[in-house]
Amino acid sequence: MAKFGKNSSKEMPAISTSSLPDIVFMLLFFFMVTTSMRETENKVTIRLPQASEVVKLERKDLASYINIGSPIAPLQAQFGTDARIQLNDSFKTTKDIRDFVAAERDAMSEADKSFMTVVIRCDQQVHMGIVSDVKQELRRCSALKIMYCANKTAK
Amino acid sequence: MAKHKTPEINSSSTADIAFLLLCYFLMTTTMDQDSGLSRRLPPIPDENQKVEDQKVNRRNIIIVKINSADRLFAGNEVLDVSLLKDKIKLFLTNPLNDPNLPEKEAKEIGSLGMIPVSKGVISLQNDRGTSYEAYIAVQNELVKAVNELRDEFSKAHFGKTYINLDEDEQKMVRDAVPQQISEAEPKDVSKK
Repeated sequence: MAKFGKNSSKEMPAISTSSLPDIVFMLLFFFMVTTSMRETENKVTIRLPQASEVVKLERKDLASYINIGSPIAPLQAQFGTDARIQLNDSFKTTKDIRDFVAAERDAMSEADKSFMTVVIRCDQQVHMGIVSDVKQELRRCSALKIMYCANKTAK
Repeated sequence: MAKHKTPEINSSSTADIAFLLLCYFLMTTTMDQDSGLSRRLPPIPDENQKVEDQKVNRRNIIIVKINSADRLFAGNEVLDVSLLKDKIKLFLTNPLNDPNLPEKEAKEIGSLGMIPVSKGVISLQNDRGTSYEAYIAVQNELVKAVNELRDEFSKAHFGKTYINLDEDEQKMVRDAVPQQISEAEPKDVSKK
């Protein structure tokens, strides 16, 4: 007991915090690497359909997004409630898809161009007419790899 | 020569700065990954190309139509979406070698030897008024049918499910059970 008593009379050594910045920096780098900023603002409401056989998008950097849906509430006064196509940050028509695909292709490196995937994010209430038009236009631009975005069914 | 030591920079606040950055990235990060059904669109047919060589034998095609009221027709009969998968599986396997179901062609598949491969093609047609939800539901059933067939094939030949096979084996299974879904040119299904 004497031994312990002697020890407790001393002050507790403070925990060294000098490695705290290192730990935090490590976390920081992790989030910096895994983060992907949302580049565009959604101007259409999209409730994705459910599907059980979905696969994950492998390379996010090779994906270009086409959003289809009815405009969000604040924009409905201007654009109505009919389904619209959103490319990047603005409403476009099917005619603009060609330029959009060309621009997206140019931004990729030569090796990646053939792997370009067009991700169609479409609201579940949208009629297929507009989607068919988009698909036809994509075929004309020979952007043939597409993905119908869907949520995995909760089991 | 100055005898003064340069004063050390106080580094006790680096932790705070790093925390601040960390919080920023924590807030802005989006970890959700996009998922969906992958498809390959057919290229626009060349005008000079002969139409004849694209013709597929009638028995090898099943036509799946969805009309503007989201009603489903498969092989000329009205069907519920929940029954589509079994119909497609029957169509692709043709277990009784029915002359009205697709023919099979023996193909050399990797190390497995000759395997009869179905020549069946699923042709998916939709109306302009079909809702996207119904379309995806049907697409999903078609993929599910093929995936289940692949699983059965892998279990029979490798004793494992498709997802647990290595890359070469998966390729063999994909060759043996191809996913032949053709998305036809858009047309008005409602108009006869």
